[in-house]
Amino acid sequence: MALVNRSRRGRLPGWVALVWLSPALVLIAGVVIYPAIELVKAALGEYSITGLRTGSAGLSNFRKVLDHPDLGTVLKNTAEWVVAVVAITIVISLGLAQLLSKEFFGRRVVRWAIIVPWAASLVITARLFTLLFDFYHGLINRLLVFLHILPRPVDFLGDDHWTMPSMILVGVFVSLPFTIYVLLAGLSAISDDVLEAARIDGAGPWQLYRQITLPLLRPALLIASVLNIIYVFNSFPIVYTLNDRNPGYAHDTSITFMYKLAFKSAEHSVGMSAAAGVFNVLLILVVVMIYLRVVSWQEAVR
Amino acid sequence: MTLLSGARADAAAAVPVAAPRPAGWRRARRFVLPLAGFSVALVFLAPYLVMLLDALRPSSDVLASPPTLFPRQWQWNTFGTVLSDDRFLNWLKTSLLVAASSTAIVLVVSVPAAYATARFKFPGRTPFLLLVLVTQMFSPTSLVVGIYREFFEADLVNTYLAIILTNAAFNLAFAVWILHGFFSSIPVEVEEAADLDGCSRLGTLWRIMLPLTKPGLVTAVVFTFIAAWNEYVVALTLMQDDAKKPLTVGINSYVTGYSQHWDQLFAASLVAIVPVVILFAVIEKYLVGGLTAGSVK
Repeated sequence: MALVNRSRRGRLPGWVALVWLSPALVLIAGVVIYPAIELVKAALGEYSITGLRTGSAGLSNFRKVLDHPDLGTVLKNTAEWVVAVVAITIVISLGLAQLLSKEFFGRRVVRWAIIVPWAASLVITARLFTLLFDFYHGLINRLLVFLHILPRPVDFLGDDHWTMPSMILVGVFVSLPFTIYVLLAGLSAISDDVLEAARIDGAGPWQLYRQITLPLLRPALLIASVLNIIYVFNSFPIVYTLNDRNPGYAHDTSITFMYKLAFKSAEHSVGMSAAAGVFNVLLILVVVMIYLRVVSWQEAVR
Repeated sequence: MTLLSGARADAAAAVPVAAPRPAGWRRARRFVLPLAGFSVALVFLAPYLVMLLDALRPSSDVLASPPTLFPRQWQWNTFGTVLSDDRFLNWLKTSLLVAASSTAIVLVVSVPAAYATARFKFPGRTPFLLLVLVTQMFSPTSLVVGIYREFFEADLVNTYLAIILTNAAFNLAFAVWILHGFFSSIPVEVEEAADLDGCSRLGTLWRIMLPLTKPGLVTAVVFTFIAAWNEYVVALTLMQDDAKKPLTVGINSYVTGYSQHWDQLFAASLVAIVPVVILFAVIEKYLVGGLTAGSVK
């Protein structure tokens, strides 16, 4: 109102801008930055089993995390989990978004159905899949043996060869709805005229897709992949629930590793868990920065 | 005009040669597309149909070996049992309260921030947008130790306020990002016209800009609501009072080491999906436009 001068797209004095931004700044400072500082402080402290601070630990918590014998496995699992889930999700979503962008009878209902895995709580979906994968009373084994795809039941969540692929399957399943919707939005932003013009110039369907649709879909693909990398990296319920039976860290990602350090391990160390949390935040920051650089995002989103 | 239609006619003649489409495709797609669509829908729904069938049988039958798709014994009253369970109703109430409040806060906070950064230049604009981008990468899960310590010190453990603020803060980035894109894509002239008509700045924002960014607002609402509705780790850590737990945390007590009510767990879970799917169905048409329309610009 009177606070602001009349020119649009004009300059604002710093203090006026602050009025507009202050609610957001307060929320970010109070509930994101402050806990982040608390996390670092916790990582620098020594704690009793009940969580009381007993003194300063210096950098020893960080060192203990770096020296942890399972750290290599955990990092390898994290890389496998993020890369596989995000890549498979994007590829399947590209196909499904293409299908759902076409007009057909019942499309609205199909779009609603696709939302369900997104709308359902991840913890419950994960618990449901632990039942479905189960060796004794899981329907998946029953179905695969019945169809002669498997000669005998497999212990999907206990057998070391199968645990990660099973987790990835569920990860992809719950990531698809969001990704499909982002790509659908991207597809709907491509004007029919462009496609029509290319068709008139004699482009075949595959050529049309490769040379027109995919490049124009790049901004949407970028948003979908960046957000998926962040979400999948930070995903807790699936890895934790599907892996609940297995001792140790053989199939943990860095997020569940962090949680177990505090609550489920022999270490039972809040300090180490906080140190692992700090590493996690730094890791995802670095990964996303590298990714954005590799795909040169400024070119794509302008 | 004539030139154009002439070119069209030429092109039309060339099309069958250049881009041969199977002759029967036009007719076949009327059946193939719905068939493919409904198969996809079935795959997405299949696990939840199993969940429904599991909700309609006694818990012992859920864990029977060998498993059967359909209940050996139907149990029709599970949903009635769950819906008349006071604990369940409390969790449901918490979830609705938390998700709705978080969403409201996100909107109130993100709209002015997105509008200001999209419309004005000022010192600190770019750093602010970068800060928002960075918070998008923080998850409450990796900060949970810090979050717990903060609210413990503030004596807010076990309060709705704590999880409402957490959900709002961690979903703010996405909303600012989406809305910033939308506001930037609206031509300045639109506002100037309103200006000339004597509209105040806030009046313009409220009456002109917000209606134009409806798809963006809807997208922000859906994302925040779902994220808050499904948030688990922070609620698990901060809410120890059973009556104040949200659904995601509360319903797990149907199946513990001591008592196993898989039927009730699944019935409760299905009930929990309903509000979100309804929300989606109501606003789906805005969502498709909203996810990238603004941010792509």
